[in-house]
Amino acid sequence: MSTLEIKNLQVSVATEAGFTEILKGVDLTIKSGETHAIMGPNGSGKSTLAYSIAGHPKYTITGGSVTLDGADVLDMTVDERARAGLFLAMQYPVEVPGVSVTNFLRTAATAIRGEAPKIRTWVGEVKEAMSELNMDTSFAERNVNEGFSGGEKKRHEILQLGLLKPKFAILDETDSGLDVDALKIVSEGVNRVKASSDLGVMLITHYTRILRYIKPDFVHVFAAGRIVEEGGPELADKLEEKGYAEYVTN
Amino acid sequence: MSSLTTNYLAPSGREEAWRFTPLSRLGGLLDSAITLADSPSLTALDLPQGVSFSKIATAPLSQTTDEATLRVRAAVALTSELSIASGVEVSEPIFLKRTVKGGVPEASRLVVSLAPNARATVVIENVGTAVIAEEIEFSLGSGSHLRFISSQEWDATTVHLGSHHAIIGKDAEFISTVVTVGGSLVRLLPTVEYSGTGGSAELSGVYFSTSGQHLEHRMHVDHNVPNCKSRVNYKGALAGENARSVWIGDVFIRAAAEGTDTYELNRNLLLSDGARADSVPNLEIETGEIVGAGHASTTGRFDDEQLFYLQSRGIPAEIARRLVIRGFFAEIVSGVRIESVEERIMARIDAELDAVANI
Repeated sequence: MSTLEIKNLQVSVATEAGFTEILKGVDLTIKSGETHAIMGPNGSGKSTLAYSIAGHPKYTITGGSVTLDGADVLDMTVDERARAGLFLAMQYPVEVPGVSVTNFLRTAATAIRGEAPKIRTWVGEVKEAMSELNMDTSFAERNVNEGFSGGEKKRHEILQLGLLKPKFAILDETDSGLDVDALKIVSEGVNRVKASSDLGVMLITHYTRILRYIKPDFVHVFAAGRIVEEGGPELADKLEEKGYAEYVTN
Repeated sequence: MSSLTTNYLAPSGREEAWRFTPLSRLGGLLDSAITLADSPSLTALDLPQGVSFSKIATAPLSQTTDEATLRVRAAVALTSELSIASGVEVSEPIFLKRTVKGGVPEASRLVVSLAPNARATVVIENVGTAVIAEEIEFSLGSGSHLRFISSQEWDATTVHLGSHHAIIGKDAEFISTVVTVGGSLVRLLPTVEYSGTGGSAELSGVYFSTSGQHLEHRMHVDHNVPNCKSRVNYKGALAGENARSVWIGDVFIRAAAEGTDTYELNRNLLLSDGARADSVPNLEIETGEIVGAGHASTTGRFDDEQLFYLQSRGIPAEIARRLVIRGFFAEIVSGVRIESVEERIMARIDAELDAVANI
């Protein structure tokens, strides 16, 4: 049983006008096996939360803490965080020209597992994981995210989730840009990983659509850089009906 | 030929063609007081059937204004000629072995000649210490296909001025990959003209310039006949104080060259402060009746987003950097299509990366 604990997290980003505070004190605790949906309007800071936990250099932590089983996540490099058990499925996965998917996956698995996976079992493992996500085997020879469609990029993220087996996954708008079929495939991929492990999930989304496929245990409404309401799955139904209007004050 | 040599004047450095080159570092190659040694520095071993290699007195196949090439023509009495007979398809690559004089200014001249419908791969691996001016002319008969790989893995003090000029016949295809990692100063001129319609040229290259190295590549593609194609793709990385690279991409589409299809690209990756990459694409078009013409040039720092993505998958920063840089070069190196040569080039790039790991 692991715990990801975010306490009073405050984050700023440098702009031309100086530092702008985006996260204004976020508190959230996720335990193994739990799925927390973070829902909020655009610009509320949801992605900033995701990238800050992963350690993107663009964001400056000005206060608060993030710990994984007591270990200070904010003190770790980006790769140390991943090796500690955190995984960020990105909204806009980055193209890495010249690096093949197969080379990338093996390098990442080697780093996360602490030793190179045995070639024979690894090839089978990757093939099976790809076929579960309806990915053609030719995918492995392509360069990381280069020329991928939106749906292919998201499948590739979930493929990594399955192979790298983190303790906690942050899914940043994984549903954006997906048609119904692709959404279903990707969601089933997440659910398979959940079923076969003790994965804790932070599911960041604007829409309730993905929650039909990935059932949250908790729903948190995010607005203006903090969590403004929390509840169970029923809260998502309320958002579906009424939107975010009551949380947005101008 | 004598009329050309009498026209020779050493460049002052103000000429467009020489303005990027540190003339003081040419080791006497353009010094008219020094006679270049006539050097048959390339030899061919184990020639397959239909392939010959000999020394002949032959007039140049092309015209040039390049001072170094003119000096080569003046110095070399007998040109080495590699010939592939009509219709001969050589499946194994032909390796030309380089033997250099070790610091004496020397001149080397080679003609690679493919008769119609011949097909071959020619590899030159340049190693050692040399001060060398070189001219290679390629003559591609109609329907022939030549893959040419020239790797410059010279020792640190080597000076190398070279001209690689291809004359591409009707429906012939010329694919060249230039790899420049060694040497103090390397200045190569991969140039192309067409002698028939439907010809195709693919000029690609990689270079890795570290402290004090000057690596210069100047393309010139002369689209002088209709319906020909050219692709240029050069990629370079630079690291360390006074690491220099120069890439010039001149593409000229003459009025007669309707149906031309051309694109050229140069990308530079600056891995540290103190390095400088000059990149000058230049497209001159005399007819609008073309399939396409374009160019792109980028020079930039390491992409932090790529680094973040790889690191976020647990890959340590140093390994991630190496993965990205290897990937940057791999696109071109994989085009060599000879496994042993590709491995050798990537190993050399790894060695360069090891050397600059602390920068």
